[in-house]
Amino acid sequence: MKRETELTLNRPIAALNFLLTLAVTFLGLLAITFLIGRVVPIDPVLAVVGDRASTETYEAVRLQMGLDDPLIVQFARYVWQVMQGDLGMSVSTGRAVSEDLGRVFPATLEMATLGIIIGVTIGVPMGVFAAARQGKWVDQVIRVIGLAGYAIPAFWLGLVGLVIFYANLRWVGGPGRIDLFLDGMVPPRSGLLLIDSAIDGNWEAFRSALSHIILPATILGFFALAYIARMTRSFMLEQLSQEFITTARVKGVPERLILWRHAFRPIWIQLITVIGLSYAGLLEGSVMIETVFSWPGIGNYLTTALLNADMNAVLGATLVIGAVFVGINKGSDALYRLLDPRARA
Amino acid sequence: MSLLSVENLRVTFPSDQGPVEVVRGLSFELGRERLGIVGESGSGKSMTGRAVMGLIAAPGQVTADKLAFDGTDLRDMSESALRKLRGARMSMILQDPKFSLNPVIRIGAQIEEAMAVHGALTRSQRCARMLDALDAVRIDDPARVARLYPHEVSGGMGQRVMIAMMVVMEPALMIADEPTSALDVSVRGQVLDILDDLVKRRGMGLMLISHDLNMVARWCDRILVMYQGAIVEEIAAGQLYAATHPYTRGLVASLPRIDESRDRLPVLDRTAL
Repeated sequence: MKRETELTLNRPIAALNFLLTLAVTFLGLLAITFLIGRVVPIDPVLAVVGDRASTETYEAVRLQMGLDDPLIVQFARYVWQVMQGDLGMSVSTGRAVSEDLGRVFPATLEMATLGIIIGVTIGVPMGVFAAARQGKWVDQVIRVIGLAGYAIPAFWLGLVGLVIFYANLRWVGGPGRIDLFLDGMVPPRSGLLLIDSAIDGNWEAFRSALSHIILPATILGFFALAYIARMTRSFMLEQLSQEFITTARVKGVPERLILWRHAFRPIWIQLITVIGLSYAGLLEGSVMIETVFSWPGIGNYLTTALLNADMNAVLGATLVIGAVFVGINKGSDALYRLLDPRARA
Repeated sequence: MSLLSVENLRVTFPSDQGPVEVVRGLSFELGRERLGIVGESGSGKSMTGRAVMGLIAAPGQVTADKLAFDGTDLRDMSESALRKLRGARMSMILQDPKFSLNPVIRIGAQIEEAMAVHGALTRSQRCARMLDALDAVRIDDPARVARLYPHEVSGGMGQRVMIAMMVVMEPALMIADEPTSALDVSVRGQVLDILDDLVKRRGMGLMLISHDLNMVARWCDRILVMYQGAIVEEIAAGQLYAATHPYTRGLVASLPRIDESRDRLPVLDRTAL
């Protein structure tokens, strides 16, 4: 009984604590993007008025943008705008940055999600299997695959994949999210083409979207897999050397259950953190893959914005990526505390 | 017929300096009695217990001229046949409940698993027997304890849970590998009492592995003294202090006593061996 009352007392406090650290982390993130915007040698006024504007116009716009205010006031204004979802206008697309991000982020999200699903469903069993056969040839093969995942550059794998599976074998769709003649045929709901086309019942579009996403997502999944399999393997080895594994053997528990019930169950909570981190990594780090596959995602958007000195777009995209990273981290943290009986007590 | 019959048991591990024999030609018989195995750290007593249970994993190697449990030869038994024996017919209590219970599975479920893997009972029968087993090791509120995780109970209670888990299938042979070393002195006697009671009532053969001479002398019928992987002396428990082998005498002489005053505790004189 005592334990239960403690739990009900602790939970709101823990939740408040959690929200507070989340708020502080986000404020820190905003401070960083704000400072980047001030430090880079791109004049935001010049970006608006152009090179040939008179000094009077320049000065008027500068005042209008509030750039003569103290830095802290500017920062407060920036935080206020971001909280209202206003990330400014993009110079290169002529639209609100938030609107642009709403369009490009789902594309990245879709690819990264499919990638992490592939990485987890293959990587976790691979790691478990490697640990169970430590030092045997299966373990060695898996280790080499893992090393390859670390060593091979993403763009190279993307290009080779396109040459083989698209240009030669014609097994998959080429660059882009969907075949050109189907582009814009699916009414956007979630922004995730696979889901939208399935809701719409447009199976031709679904097939096309799938054939376009499968290669880049598999490549992303391969990189996630390398990390996930390696971590799973070392977590498993640590567990398999514990005394409670001997206890299970003494009880006569079959080897399959020793692996999955006794050794895997303690680690899958740790794995959530690993998976969360590599998911965040895929969301922010797919710039190369998006470039190679002309994927209209956030990585591509960020690259274009950088090349055009479109600071609002750069900062907005950075902010979103940072927020996703923080969100996933905090999410897996919370999940860890919720799921591990030892951390719960 | 004896329950366990061991002849010339050898356990070998490879090392950089060639193979190392940790158990060197051990022979003994065990009936439905309490057999104590004592010796210092590294004398091979735990390895003996694990070899009998078939728990020496590669690259370790076990050989014996005879290794028979209840008339069945354990030496060439397949892993799956051995698995059917383990937990059901022979069982082992490990040293420290902090490490030997799975940290993320509830106590009740861990005990029930010991029955479930041998697949004899229904779910409700297993649950009833699990509660009985907890009750038998003198746990007050079995239903509450069954829902706890191992980190939520004390060491003494953890070890009683361990005993409940290992006796629930009523094995014929029980190996207790330092069952009280990790516990507070105050609960040691309690745990041993429970174990002793279960052994007597269910007619199990008990192999009590320990480095604690007094404890073994008190709780066992017969004692094997091991040194460097071999048995150096076999004596009835009452005669421990009349032991003849220099190693056993050395061990006995090393015990500090409360009614004497000594500047330094005596240590084993290995030159005499």
